[in-house]
Formats: sequence, structure tokens, C-alpha cells
Amino acid sequence: MSEIAKKKDPLFGPRDMKLIKTPFSKENPIIVQVLGICSALAVTVKLQPAVVMALSVTVVIMMSNVIISLLRNTIPPRIRIIVQLVIVSFLVIIVDQVLRAFVYDASKQLSVYVGLIITNCIVMGRLEAFAMSNKPWPSLMDGLGNGLGYGIILIIIGFVRELFGSGTLWDIRIMPEGYIPNGLMVMPAMALILLGIIIWIHRSRNKDLLEKE
Amino acid sequence: MEALNIFIKSVFIDNMIFAFFLGMCSYLAISKTVKTSMGLGLAVTFVLVITVPVNYLIDKYLLQPGALTWISDSFANVDLSFLSFILFIAVIAGIVQLVEMFIERYSPSLYSQLGIFLPLIAVNCAILGCSLFMQKRDYSNIEVLSFAFGSGIGWLLAIIGIAAIRERLKYSNIPPALRGLGIAFIITGLMAMAFQAFSGIKL
Repeated sequence: MSEIAKKKDPLFGPRDMKLIKTPFSKENPIIVQVLGICSALAVTVKLQPAVVMALSVTVVIMMSNVIISLLRNTIPPRIRIIVQLVIVSFLVIIVDQVLRAFVYDASKQLSVYVGLIITNCIVMGRLEAFAMSNKPWPSLMDGLGNGLGYGIILIIIGFVRELFGSGTLWDIRIMPEGYIPNGLMVMPAMALILLGIIIWIHRSRNKDLLEKE
Repeated sequence: MEALNIFIKSVFIDNMIFAFFLGMCSYLAISKTVKTSMGLGLAVTFVLVITVPVNYLIDKYLLQPGALTWISDSFANVDLSFLSFILFIAVIAGIVQLVEMFIERYSPSLYSQLGIFLPLIAVNCAILGCSLFMQKRDYSNIEVLSFAFGSGIGWLLAIIGIAAIRERLKYSNIPPALRGLGIAFIITGLMAMAFQAFSGIKL
């Protein structure tokens, strides 16, 4: 008994820190693993919905990681996808109801994209790759890290698009009066190009991520 | 006539990829050659045309506020729409599984073409997204069908377009850091800009 207790990691050890840190840059879910792009681009016209979306996704990843990790030894492998989908959609319903109750405007702006967290590949990806083979606590940390790694990209894109597309930040006017909003920034096309540019910058700083053809 | 308008609108103007970014993950991952992207595009269209009408019926007769009145008038105030996410995704996952088994049994040649893509489709956001959009907009029976078919064709068009461009990209000199993913995003952006030209059309 004491043997096991000694081996146990501290509550917040260096391993947990690593789980949180790597998704920010080296293993960023959006710009390196290319998961969960749909929502990342659609909700970033303004900063506020981007932040709400980032928080919702983080909560869903953390909770579903913990639940799947607790159940990992009891789920039959053949039906695991269905089990994961059911758990994730159950959590998304809760998140959706909470958003409608407390931040109704943001929930209106996010429209169908809250529901689409269910099919967000980051959630499924983490469940398959991490939670199915790890204990609940590291799974929680992994979920937190990936959620924040996803959120940081959303916030960067949302910041640029709102600042130049509407001249505001969090609906507060930032640009001087004479500034003419750049209509291109609000259009879907610019979200894609911005993400392309972020990937470009990130890869020229991390040479080992370059794709070989 | 209305149904035809919705079809054209969902192919060109409200294109799943260029206007709503739905199904981007598989769009980027499986658009390296025209042949495979054709297979995936057909599979997506096929599954959309089946799942969206089924979800429409579920929404109309089970979930909408007052939808249960066909059982008894006392259910007029029941609103089950909060269950729509879980029911829609269950329907999609179930139907994808059924379609896979059905095709495997009756058309092995189609199965060998679509086979590997079918399981992927259950978690393709275009499928769930289409059902959720259908729920938000008030369509009639025939319009739902043309919306689902149009969205599928629009998705097919987009993935074939980018696959064709990416096949050509092998011959161009792109900065190393932009190769692969980065340039794929920028091309999609440019294609989306081209598709914006359709948005002036009034239908």
C-alpha cells in the first residue's frame, strides 16, 4: 500500500505541466494537428464569441476526457465511438443550455457551432489518443492544455478580425474615428488566409514541423 | 421552383465549406488527389441525402415545441428540442453504420471505393451541421431534400476543386514553411473569395 503511495506523482507535477504546455506550440491542435478547424474559423468574426467558444470547448474536452478515462476499462472497443459520441453530446447539451441561460447574445451568435462541438475533431481526437489509455488526472490536464491551445488560436484570429474588420475590441471602439473598417476581414475568406499565415509564421519558427514532399 | 432555388443557393452561395467552414478537417486531410476526394465527396452527399430528411422527420414529429400533438393534444406544450444534438448524432452514427453494412452487402465495388471514408463521415461536421441548419430554417419536405442534396454537391465541388489545385501545386515553388497545410488554407481562402461573387445573385 505504502509502495503505491510513494510512486504516486505529486498532484501537479512536471509531467502535468508538460501536458498543458505542449499543445500551445509544438502540438497545437489547430495549427499542427489540423483538428477542429470548422468552429475555429466560423466564430472568430468578433472576439467575444471566440472567447466563449474557446471556454466551452475547453470545458467539454476536460469533462469528456475525465469521464472516458474513468470508463476506459469498461467500454467495449467495438462500440467506443458511439459511447464517446453519446458522452460528448450529453456534455454539449449541458454547455448549450448554460450558454443560453447566462450569455444569451453570445449563444445566439454562435448558433449551430455550439452543437458542432460534438463533431469537433479535437474532442474525439483527445478521447481516442489520450483518455482511452490514461488515468483521469493526466486526462484532465491534457484536456485543459488542448482546450487552451485551441483557444489561443481562436483568440488571435478573433482579435485581428475584430480589430481590423470592425475597428473594435470586445465591442469597444479602439480604432480612431476616421478608420474605415476593412470589410474583407469579416468575410469567411479572410479567416482562412489568416490561419494560413499563422501556420506559415509558426512553421518558419519551428523548422522540424516543415512538411516534406 | 422554390426547391430548385434552395438547391442552387446551397451549392454556390451558402457553400458548406466556403461560407460555413463545415467539414474542413476531412476536406484538408483527404484532398491530395482528385480520385479519393471524389469518393469522399460522393459518400458525404449520399449520407447527407439520407440523414437530413430523417432528422427532419424526427425534428418535426418529436422534438419541436408542440410536435407531439399527433399522439395526444395534452402534449401541446412539450418542447424536447434540447434533445436534438444527442438524437441527431445518434441518427447520423446509426445511419452511417447501416449504410456501410448495406453497401458492403449489395455493392462490393462501391464499398471498396467508399468503404474507408464511410466511418469517417459520422464525425464529419458537415453532416451534423446540415441537420442543425435544417432545424434553424423552416423548410418543407421537398425543400429539405434539395437542401441536403445541394449541400452535398457543394461540398463535393469544393473538395474536387482544391484537390485539382493541390495536384498542380507539386510543380510550383512555395516557401518551405508554407508548403502543405499553409498553402492549402490560403488557396481555400482565395476559392472562398471567388465563391463570394455568387452572393450577389438574388434567388
